[in-house]
Amino acid sequence: MSVTTTPNGYDLDTSGQRVVIDPVTRIEGHMRCEVNIDENNVIRNAVSTGTMWRGLEVILKGRDPRDAWAFVERICGVCTGCHALTSVRAVEDALGIQIPPNAHLIREMMAKTLQVHDHVVHFYHLHALDWVNPVNALKADPKATSTLQQMVSPAHPKSSPGYFRDIQTRIRKFVESGQLGPFKNGYWDNPAYKLPPEADLMAVAHYLEALDLQKEFVKLHTVFGGKNPHPNYLVGGVPCAINMDGDMSAGAPLNMERLNFVKARIDEMVEFNKNVYVPDVIAIASFYKEQLWGGGHGAINVMDYGAYPKVNYDKSTDQLPGGVILNGNWDEVFPIDPRDPEQVQEFVTHSWYSYPDESKGLHPWDGITEPNYELGAKTKGSSTNIEEIDESAKYSWIKSPRWRGHAVEVGPLSRYTLAYAQGVEYVQEQTNRALGAFNQLAGTNLDAKTALNSTIGRTLARALESEYCADMMVDDWHALMNNIKNGDTATANMDKWDPSTWPKEAKGVGVAAAPRGGLGHWIRIKDGRIENYQCVVPTTWNGSPRDPQGNIGAFEAALMNTPVERPEEPVEILRSLHSFDPCLACSTHVMSEDGEELAKVKVR
Amino acid sequence: MTETFYEVMRRQGITRRSFLKYCSLTAAALGLGPSFVPKIAHAMETKPRIPILWLHGLECTCCSESFIRSAHPLAKDVILSMVSLDYDDTLMAAAGHQAEAIISETIDKYDGNFILAVEGNPPLNQEGMSCIIAGKPFNEQLMHVAKHCKAIISWGSCASYGCVQAAAPNPTGATPIHKVINDKPIIKVPGCPPIAEVMTAVVTYILTFERFPELDRQGRPKMFYSQRIHDKCYRRPHFDAGQFVETWDDEAARKGYCLYKMGCKGPTTYNACSTIRWNEGTSFPIQAGHGCIGCSEDGFWDKGSWYARLTDIKQFGVESNADKVGGTAAAVVGAATAAHMAASAVKRAKQKGE
Repeated sequence: MSVTTTPNGYDLDTSGQRVVIDPVTRIEGHMRCEVNIDENNVIRNAVSTGTMWRGLEVILKGRDPRDAWAFVERICGVCTGCHALTSVRAVEDALGIQIPPNAHLIREMMAKTLQVHDHVVHFYHLHALDWVNPVNALKADPKATSTLQQMVSPAHPKSSPGYFRDIQTRIRKFVESGQLGPFKNGYWDNPAYKLPPEADLMAVAHYLEALDLQKEFVKLHTVFGGKNPHPNYLVGGVPCAINMDGDMSAGAPLNMERLNFVKARIDEMVEFNKNVYVPDVIAIASFYKEQLWGGGHGAINVMDYGAYPKVNYDKSTDQLPGGVILNGNWDEVFPIDPRDPEQVQEFVTHSWYSYPDESKGLHPWDGITEPNYELGAKTKGSSTNIEEIDESAKYSWIKSPRWRGHAVEVGPLSRYTLAYAQGVEYVQEQTNRALGAFNQLAGTNLDAKTALNSTIGRTLARALESEYCADMMVDDWHALMNNIKNGDTATANMDKWDPSTWPKEAKGVGVAAAPRGGLGHWIRIKDGRIENYQCVVPTTWNGSPRDPQGNIGAFEAALMNTPVERPEEPVEILRSLHSFDPCLACSTHVMSEDGEELAKVKVR
Repeated sequence: MTETFYEVMRRQGITRRSFLKYCSLTAAALGLGPSFVPKIAHAMETKPRIPILWLHGLECTCCSESFIRSAHPLAKDVILSMVSLDYDDTLMAAAGHQAEAIISETIDKYDGNFILAVEGNPPLNQEGMSCIIAGKPFNEQLMHVAKHCKAIISWGSCASYGCVQAAAPNPTGATPIHKVINDKPIIKVPGCPPIAEVMTAVVTYILTFERFPELDRQGRPKMFYSQRIHDKCYRRPHFDAGQFVETWDDEAARKGYCLYKMGCKGPTTYNACSTIRWNEGTSFPIQAGHGCIGCSEDGFWDKGSWYARLTDIKQFGVESNADKVGGTAAAVVGAATAAHMAASAVKRAKQKGE
C-alpha cells in the first residue's frame, strides 16, 4: 500500500490517478503541481514544484552593499519594492545605521501601498477567475445586479442598472467576437463555479474598476521612488528630500503639492478597500460557504517576523506583531529571532541543490547552495521532458525553510492569526465584523478559528490586511506632516555612507512584511563588499518541498483532502494555490560560496 | 463575427466625435501630425483584434505589471478591444494543458499572423531547465512560437539585453531574445520595466500602421529611445550652471539640483523618462530625488555602482564641459554596444530583404 503518514500528520496516498498542472498560471513566475486523487476525486497526495531559478544572489557577491537593493528588487516586479526595502534594512542593520523618522514613515507608506496594490491585483486579476465566471455574467439581470451591489456595499457609487448593463454589453460583444483573449479555455461550464450571474457581473465590473484604479494607487511610489514598478530606495533613508516652503520647493522631490497628491492616493485606497474589495470577498465567499477546505497549515502553524512599528526599531510597537503559533494553539505565541542559528533554517533534501550533509538545515548567514538538477528514478519522461515528477527524490528549485524544524505557513492569514491571537484590537474587531457579515450572508455560524483555516480564510485575511494597511497609511501621512510641522525635515542619515567608515567585517539581517508573507534578507559584508547574501522569501516557506523528516509545506498541505469536481479541470487546485498568491521568481534563489559554475545536470 | 475597436467604442456610447478626438490624442501621443488622424481612425474602424502570445521566461513580471499601469490607452481597452491577448500566463484563466493548447490553436488559426511578445529570457545552462514550462525548457516553447509568429516584441531589459539574471557571472546562461532568434523582425522595448505608456504606444503604433516604428541600430523605437534622459531633464539647467547635489538630503537635494555627482546615469541612458515620465506623467526617478540607474541600457548592472560618477570631471562651467560629459558618455555607450550594433545591422539587412 502506498500510504505514508508525515510527521506533521498528513496521510499521503500515491495510488490514485495522477493529475498534472504545468504551468500553473495567474501567478508570478513558473510553477508545476501534481496531485493524486482517489476514486471519489479527493486529493490524497500533493506535490508542488518551483520551475525556475535565476541565481541572483550569486550575482550580488562582491558588489557594493549600497547597490544591492536594486538587484534584489528585480527578484520580483509584482511585490515590487519589498525586496529593496528588506535589503536596505539588512545593510543598515549590518553597518549600524539608523534612519530618520521621516524616512521610516515614507518607507512605511510605500510598503503599505504595495500591500494594497498587490492584494487588490491579486484578488481581482489573478485569483477572481477561480471563483467568478465572466461568461455566466452574460445571463445577469443588470437591475438585480444593481440591487445586489447596493446591498453588498451601499457606499459604492457605481451601482446603477445602466452601469452594469454597459459592462455586460461590453463583455457580451467581447465573448461574441470569438476572440476570448485571457478568458480563453477557462473552465466556464464547470459546476464548481457557484456564483449567481448577478454576482458574476458585479465581480467582472470590479475586475475592470480595479484594473483602472490600481494604476492610481502606485503613484504614491512614483512620488517617493520616481517610478513603479521598481521604485528607487536608498541605504540610510529615502532619496526624496523635503522642501515645504523654501527656495525652489516646486522642483523638490517632496513639497506641499506632492504630499497632497500622496494623500489623495491614500484616500482612494481606503475607499476602494472599504467599499469594494472587502465587501466583494465576503459576498463571494458566502456563495462558497460549503467549501471550507484548503486550510492546511493556515491559522494553525504560522510565522511572521512582525511588521509596521509605530516607533521604528521598537518591535513592541509593531502593528502586526510577529511570532510563531504551532498546532493551532492560539494561546501560545513563540517569539522569533531571525539571528538565532537554531530557528530559521533551510533544507535541500528535496530541492535541486546539494549540501554536504542533507539531513541538516543551514541558517541563512551560513547558507551554502550548490545547484544540483537531478530527477528521481521514478520520474516519468526525461530530464528535459518531465511527464510525472518523482517526489521521493529532489523535485523543486525551491528550498525548504523551517522554523525549529516545523513547516509553517506565512502570509496575510498568518499575520492576521498572530495579530488576532495577540489581541491587536483593530484586527480582532475587523475580523469579527467581517466574519459576522459572512455568517449573516451565508446563514452560518462559524468562529474565527474554523473560518480562517481554509482557502477562503486566506483570501479574506488578505483583503482585511489590505484595508488595515490603507488605514495605517492615513496615520503615517499625518505623522509625517506633524514631524515636518515640528521642524524635522530630515530624510537621510549619511553618517556611514562612505565605506571608509565601515568595519572590516559586518553582518546584518533585514525583515519586512512582503505581500505574500514574512521576508528576510541576510547579508555579510567584508572589506566594503558583499561577501554573502541570502533571501528567505515567503513563497519559499509556502511552496517548499518536503523536508528530511518528510513534513510537507503549506501549498501541499492546503491541497490535501480537497474534493475536485472535474479532475481534468482542477479549478479547486488553482483556488487553493492562488489563495497563497504564489511568487516563484521570489522563491527560487541560490548562493554559491565561491560563485563558480553552478550547472550540474544529471538524471539518475 | 469579429468586432473592431471602433465598434466597441461606439457600443459603449462613445460618439464619433469623441472617437476622432481619441484618435488625434493617440496621434499626438505618438508624436504624429494631424494628417495621421484619419489613418488611425480607419485602422481602428476596420481591424479585427490581432492575437498576441505573451510568453514569460526568466523574469520578474515587472513588464506585465508596468503594462497594466497604462493610462492612455487603458490596459483594459488594449486587452478587451485592441488586441486578443490569447496567451499570457500571468493573466490567463486557463492553466496546465488547457493553457498550452491555446498555443497550438493560435498557430493553427493564425500561422504567421500573430505577434509574439516576450517578457524575460531563456536560460541556456542546465539543459534549459532552470525555466520549465509544461515539463520542458522554456526555450523550446519560445522557439516553437517564434517559428510561427509574424514579429516579436522584446519587452523590457530581460528580453532585450538579459538584465539582472544575465549580470556577471550569469549563472543560468540567461540570453536575450535576439541572440536565440535571428529570422524574425524584433523590436526591443528596454527598461526595467519600460514605461507603461511607451509599451502601449508601441502596440498601438504597430496596430495602426501595420509595421514597426522606425528602429535605431540596436532595434529600439527611435520615437522613445533616441534621446538621453539628460537631454530633456528638468534639472539640466543646474548641470549647466554647475549646481550639484553633494550628499543625500543636503540643501542642494532639497532645491532639486543636478544629481550627476550622486552617480546619475541620465547622461548615458536613452529613454523617455524625462519626457513622458512615469505612471501617467506623475514623476520620474530624478524628480523623486534619486539618480537614474540606467535601467534601459545594455548591461547596466555591470557598469559600476549607481553612486559612482560617470566621469571624474571636477567643478566646471556651463557649455564646454556639458559637451565634454556628453562626448564621454557617448563613447561609453558606443563601446558597450558595438557588438549589438553589428548584430542589429545584420538583422536589419535581413528584415529589409523580407
